[in-house]
Amino acid sequence: MARLFFDGITKRFGSVAALRALTLEIPDGEFFVLLGPSGCGKTTALRIAAGLEEPTSGELYIGERDVTDVEAKERDVAMVFQNYALYPHMSVFDNVAFGLRMRKHSREEIATLVRGAAERLGIAALLERKPGELSGGQQQRVALGRAIVRRPQAFLMDEPLSNLDSRMRVQMRTELVRLHRELAGTFVYVTHDQVEAMTMGGRIAVMSEGELQQVGPPQDVYDRPANRFVAEFIGSPSMNILDATPAKEQGRSGLRTADAFVELPDALAAAVAASGARQVVLGVRPEHLMPVDGEAATFAGTVDLVESLGSEQHVLVALRHGTVVARLPARPRVEAGAALQLGVASEHLHVFRGDSGARIGP
Amino acid sequence: MTAAARPLTRRLPRGVRQLLVALPFLAPAIVLFGAFVFYPLVKSVYLGFHITDPFGHNETFVGFEQYADVLGSSEFASSLLVTGTFTLYTVVPAIVIGTFLAVLANQRLPGIVVFRTIFSSTLAASVAITSVLWLVLLHPTIGPLNEFLIDRGLADGPLLQDGGWAVGERATAFDLFAAWFVDPNWALISVSVATAWMNIGLFTVIVLAGLQTVPDELYESARVDGAGRWSQFWHVTLPLLSPTLFFASIVGMIFAFQSFGQIDILTDGGPVDATNVILYSLYQESFQNFRFGAGSVQALGLFFILLLLTLLQFRFLAGRVFYRR
Repeated sequence: MARLFFDGITKRFGSVAALRALTLEIPDGEFFVLLGPSGCGKTTALRIAAGLEEPTSGELYIGERDVTDVEAKERDVAMVFQNYALYPHMSVFDNVAFGLRMRKHSREEIATLVRGAAERLGIAALLERKPGELSGGQQQRVALGRAIVRRPQAFLMDEPLSNLDSRMRVQMRTELVRLHRELAGTFVYVTHDQVEAMTMGGRIAVMSEGELQQVGPPQDVYDRPANRFVAEFIGSPSMNILDATPAKEQGRSGLRTADAFVELPDALAAAVAASGARQVVLGVRPEHLMPVDGEAATFAGTVDLVESLGSEQHVLVALRHGTVVARLPARPRVEAGAALQLGVASEHLHVFRGDSGARIGP
Repeated sequence: MTAAARPLTRRLPRGVRQLLVALPFLAPAIVLFGAFVFYPLVKSVYLGFHITDPFGHNETFVGFEQYADVLGSSEFASSLLVTGTFTLYTVVPAIVIGTFLAVLANQRLPGIVVFRTIFSSTLAASVAITSVLWLVLLHPTIGPLNEFLIDRGLADGPLLQDGGWAVGERATAFDLFAAWFVDPNWALISVSVATAWMNIGLFTVIVLAGLQTVPDELYESARVDGAGRWSQFWHVTLPLLSPTLFFASIVGMIFAFQSFGQIDILTDGGPVDATNVILYSLYQESFQNFRFGAGSVQALGLFFILLLLTLLQFRFLAGRVFYRR
């Protein structure tokens, strides 16, 4: 097992920059998630790590070794592909054994290692079958088996759960986390699914348009998004975003939006003032909006739509000028058309610059 | 309502009614197949039982005697051997070379389309053009091959020294033909080379189509698994290509059995029947010797051999095709 270090890696496809000067260190043994929308460069980064793409500039290190110009087959990493990429003409055993055969392990050693990997993943009974005879979940396990059997320097996974149904996905999520704990290997996991990122990642990196937006433990990224993109991308339903200007009303410092004046805590107000930003963006997560009465209310509007999820309800509230989404407990039920007043605790406010989108304040 | 009052079509059974609807749609195919396949087939069987005059009339019934005579003759056995050898010489090299070219042409390189076009271009050449081309290439005096061989001292004289005949005599006796096509030891190989060359384009196209159905991820997965180019070809490409190669082998074999034009143009089945494949032999028997009965027997022999070979290929080769979609 080894660390992975992207040192200023840029990748261009023609005139399109898929990655812009990516610098990222993934320590040995970490479950690291690359998260972002499609086209953000996360898969390109993974493929560069695997040796399937050559970077236009920059270096890649596995451990202390510069592998920028090393062929994929010499890198000793394993990759799990989105559609598994199992060899359709080989049995499960041969699929799992392929990498070992290429590395000239002995017949006995291969049999032992393949059995071990198959038992760990619960596919020991399927070893004689062909991939075409397996369910999606079983194929996924075979693909994982092919990766873990070699004990590589790093495991690279490209959206490995995206072709599974939702129940199987939840199950495999926990299994992958358990597998990571048992193997103590370096996992690099690419996904566009923030739930996977939040639940599995030791640390996550959020990417957009080829650039790294934020790196950190999932909860930190959720609590303190570094910019407007991360704030909107992480969280479901996504964060309410309201254009605002810094203002002072009745001696209180805050932000004026089209619909309301929102008072800021002193530290944040000071940071906004210090930033010199004339236009800012106020962000409020849906779960931080609560129904309140009278004085405490920040926003007042009419309930436009209620999405009931059983355990909770997402309430779309039409304000005079904009809309906000509130994530409320399932009871009491909110009816569409009703008037609703919402309050927000000031410690849960996020403020971003209007121009660059960068976070203001702590 | 009484039965008689119902329209006729209502009174017929459902199956018959469906047939009545289907017949007009099937009619064109039935007419074409009847005129050009079924009638000739039946007529061939019939002619096989008869001896005719050179105009195909005044049949005399001879029963199975003619079948036994023709199919049991040493000429038929020899032309069977020639046909088999010809098939082997044309199909195997053409598939191997076609596969090699297809793998080359399947690389993602700028301008690769040009090479794909060149590699598959022989597909567009007609039998006649191909034959004339090779007639010139292998021409004894003006052919580039002989010029090349003579220049390097590999052949002495305007022709290859072979077969015991004096070189000069042959040049005058067979002025129109290249020695390659006249020498009994070389004629079948020469015709096979021309035919294989013509088939390479077709096999390149077929194999290229097969290669493009192999998902890229499999190669990427193999690379990460530690496979080099050769291992990728051997463990991924070839097994996944096996249905395509199976198909190509059947097509190639049928093509070989149906070869006529190049033999007619290049060798006329000679010298000494060295290139007299079954199809050419039955043509000679029917339309040069005007023995329609004997020709028909050969045609039926060819028909059953092809049928048998196709069945055998499906039965035995199909089991070894590793991967079926």
